[in-house]
Amino acid sequence: MPTFVRTERCDGCKGQDKTACMYICPHDLMKLDKDGSATGHAMKAYNQEPEQCWECYSCVKICPQQAIESRPYADIVPLGASVQPLRGTDSILWTIKFRDGKIKPKRFKFPIRTTPEGSIDPYGGKPEADIAKITEPGFFVQVNGFRAGDSRELIRK
Amino acid sequence: MAGEFGKPEVVEEEVDILIIGGGMAACGAAYEIGPWIEAAGGDIKVKLVDKAAVDRSGAVAQGLSAINTYIGSEQDPADYARMVSNDLMGITRDDLTYDLGRHVDESVHLFEEWGLPIWKIDDKGERHDGSRGLPPLKDGGKPMRSGKWQIMINGESYKCIVAEAAKNALGSDRIQEHVFIVKLVNDKHDKNRIAGAVGFSVREHKLFVYKFKACLLAAGGCVNIFRPRSVGEGQGRAWYPVWNAGSTYAMAAEAGAELTMMENRFVPIRFKDGYGPVGAWFLLFKSRATNGLGEVYMQRNQELLNDYPPYGQAATPAACLRNHMMLKELRDGRGPIWMDTVSALANLRETLSPREVEHLEAEAWEDFLDMTIGQCGIWAGENIEPEKKNSELMPTEPYLLGSHSGCCGIWVSGPEDLGAPTEEKATGVPEHLPSGWSWGYRGMTTVQGLFTAGDGVGASGHKFSSGSHAEGRLAAKAMVKFVMDNKDRKPELDTDLDTLVEELYRPVRNFLEHKDYSTTVDVNPNYITPRMLQFRLQKIMDEYVAGVATYYTTNANLLALAEKKLEMLKEDSLKMRAKDLHELLRAWENYHRILTAEAHMKHIQFREESRYPGFYYRMDHNKVDEDNWHCFVNSIYDKEAKAWTCFKRAHEDLVDKSKLFK
Ligand SMILES: Cc1cc2nc3c(=O)[nH]c(=O)nc-3n(C[C@H](O)[C@H](O)[C@H](O)COP(=O)(O)OP(=O)(O)OC[C@H]3O[C@@H](n4cnc5c(N)ncnc54)[C@H](O)[C@@H]3O)c2cc1C
Ligand code: SF4
Ligand code: SF4
Repeated sequence: MPTFVRTERCDGCKGQDKTACMYICPHDLMKLDKDGSATGHAMKAYNQEPEQCWECYSCVKICPQQAIESRPYADIVPLGASVQPLRGTDSILWTIKFRDGKIKPKRFKFPIRTTPEGSIDPYGGKPEADIAKITEPGFFVQVNGFRAGDSRELIRK
Repeated sequence: MAGEFGKPEVVEEEVDILIIGGGMAACGAAYEIGPWIEAAGGDIKVKLVDKAAVDRSGAVAQGLSAINTYIGSEQDPADYARMVSNDLMGITRDDLTYDLGRHVDESVHLFEEWGLPIWKIDDKGERHDGSRGLPPLKDGGKPMRSGKWQIMINGESYKCIVAEAAKNALGSDRIQEHVFIVKLVNDKHDKNRIAGAVGFSVREHKLFVYKFKACLLAAGGCVNIFRPRSVGEGQGRAWYPVWNAGSTYAMAAEAGAELTMMENRFVPIRFKDGYGPVGAWFLLFKSRATNGLGEVYMQRNQELLNDYPPYGQAATPAACLRNHMMLKELRDGRGPIWMDTVSALANLRETLSPREVEHLEAEAWEDFLDMTIGQCGIWAGENIEPEKKNSELMPTEPYLLGSHSGCCGIWVSGPEDLGAPTEEKATGVPEHLPSGWSWGYRGMTTVQGLFTAGDGVGASGHKFSSGSHAEGRLAAKAMVKFVMDNKDRKPELDTDLDTLVEELYRPVRNFLEHKDYSTTVDVNPNYITPRMLQFRLQKIMDEYVAGVATYYTTNANLLALAEKKLEMLKEDSLKMRAKDLHELLRAWENYHRILTAEAHMKHIQFREESRYPGFYYRMDHNKVDEDNWHCFVNSIYDKEAKAWTCFKRAHEDLVDKSKLFK
């Protein structure tokens, strides 16, 4: 299911230095065609190696113009279906269209996060590390998840 | 100003600790390291480099629908160690798995605090999405288990959340994204010590040379060394992430680190072509899989398990044995294999409330939308609604990994307080290597200063996302201690800068030098494109080293052929070309794949038995041979001679395994 970019929707992230899709793709696939020499569409993005696409949708989810979609890969899947997300700050909305237009499209909304984006205060309210304990088991902070275990289970100790 | 193509600017930087990778393990390290540095006096410099963007890099890019390792207060780390051992046919390190088991829930509790929605069960026993205001796990909230060890989450943003915590903890000036690390450099005065790493930016013409005292190498597992089942547009839609290129194993091997269990692989059974996970279907939806005749092959082939005592006799037989039972059906011509989603959902309707059924049906889709979105594309494209139409299952091409249901990786130092062996019983271990299972620093490889976590740590497995994070944290702590203990050491590279630059940019030079020799840019006798290099590797591995082409079978003769072909491929890797930075990335990724593949082949060749029936079969030694091979197979690589040495290490149990079979 490689991604493709809708020509009329992509604005090249307004000519910024790095486009959102290029930035996020874990596999370095999305590319901005600055002068149009690769695609004939200057200042638009494209997937430069569709057969390497993992269909992770990272680029689809991040594109501010919703210009990126994904077409199920042509060497396997019959044409006509689509799976498209709209990702908000606390939930994601999916629309799934079937090849057979008679099947009602499915829509799902799932929570994605219970705290505001960017709000994580990693060490807020956490204790300092105790250097005397650096070679002992356990992390600098305990959040009730350390399972000391029944020592009788350790047969060589 | 950055350089130009072929003439990169060289950026040198000295830190105390370099973290290579930005996945689950690296994010764990990034979080844990700060307070220990503070406690150690504050003057320890750290940098994290990732070839991609931390927000979505690594195996959790799409998100996940479950946390597969959560022990909970009701289970013991020893139970976990036992389960991992049996699933991996008895050869794992109990010290590593037990240690992971006691630490892992700490990371899960943090994930929830940071904002990851975790499904809960209320007082009435009903299930709820994690957004509902039930108490958090750390305060006794009850997770929704989809199996003994798994808990359900709404995990679309799992990686973004974990990355945000890591980034906020470390600070953006200590993170360098879009830099691919090509190789590690040993210390000039101690060849069994690590002193640096070199890589390049995939965005600008810049080469990075890092010097350090310690380094966490956590660059994931290895995908696409075998010919995938889809060879057209679908070849990137592998089950494990296609960008996991074996960098961890290859760079560690070249630096002289001892690898372990590289013969192990994971061949998951998945929804055919889209690789949708089956765990929730079996465990949560109580679905059954049948052969083409509608028979439940797990029952029909029950007696096959008796061939593999004791591993076949546990309540849950090892994953490879479940494959073994399915493969029998496929080989004997009783395919296709079906996941009976229709009956499963119909049955659930009889026991659950309508609200729960609706929730579950959405979950059937969410399970895919959260981690293998492409599977939904296949369902939609083939007009499959799971309540009306069953889906095909299929075993995939093999993957190499140490964090999921596999155990290949690097041999590391374990905890000291669990009774692990302090000396080696097996003979033939090269002398410079440590003897017991612990040499001071948790997660350190046999090379001084080189640490690993997640997919990198071998002989354990089943740590998954949460365990990889926890393991990264354990390594972070140990690295701080290592730096404290090596305060006055000044890292010096054993190779001079010009040679390193020359080597890294060789694919670019190959291109620039020869590109006009022929009139087409891709067909040229003087170089090979990374793409063709990958095809060649995949063909060798598929046909000779037990890929799907031979139903996962091989033998000594086939392996001997593979050995020669891989040697020539490795020679030709000097002629890789790169016409731009993107291709330079692919060139080095594929070089890492070749070395990883070679390690895999050598280990299979050395282990004269079939330890993982269903994952691969040595047809010339087609049994599990407990007398001779109930041991680890480890190896080291000599980068000058370009040769591998394989040897045995003795296996010991630290927890009683007989409990599994009662
Ligand atoms: C489809 C799928 C389903 C899964 N399901 C579950 C599940 O339900 N529950 C669960 O708990 N776990 C699950 N997992 C497993 C989990 O994702 C992994 O165990 C975990 O992510 C491993 O962590 P890691 O840090 O070792 O590797 P990764 O998270 O893969 O990170 C590797 C990092 O290294 C970087 N990198 C690679 N090479 C280089 C290089 N040369 N230079 C610089 N950086 C580099 C990458 O960009 C990435 O940041 C699943 C994984 C997949 C793919
Ligand atoms: S993120 Fe969207 S708008 Fe920006 S360049 Fe990519 S496709 Fe175009
Ligand atoms: S779907 Fe993922 S792999 Fe494919 S182009 Fe987008 S970000 Fe890259």
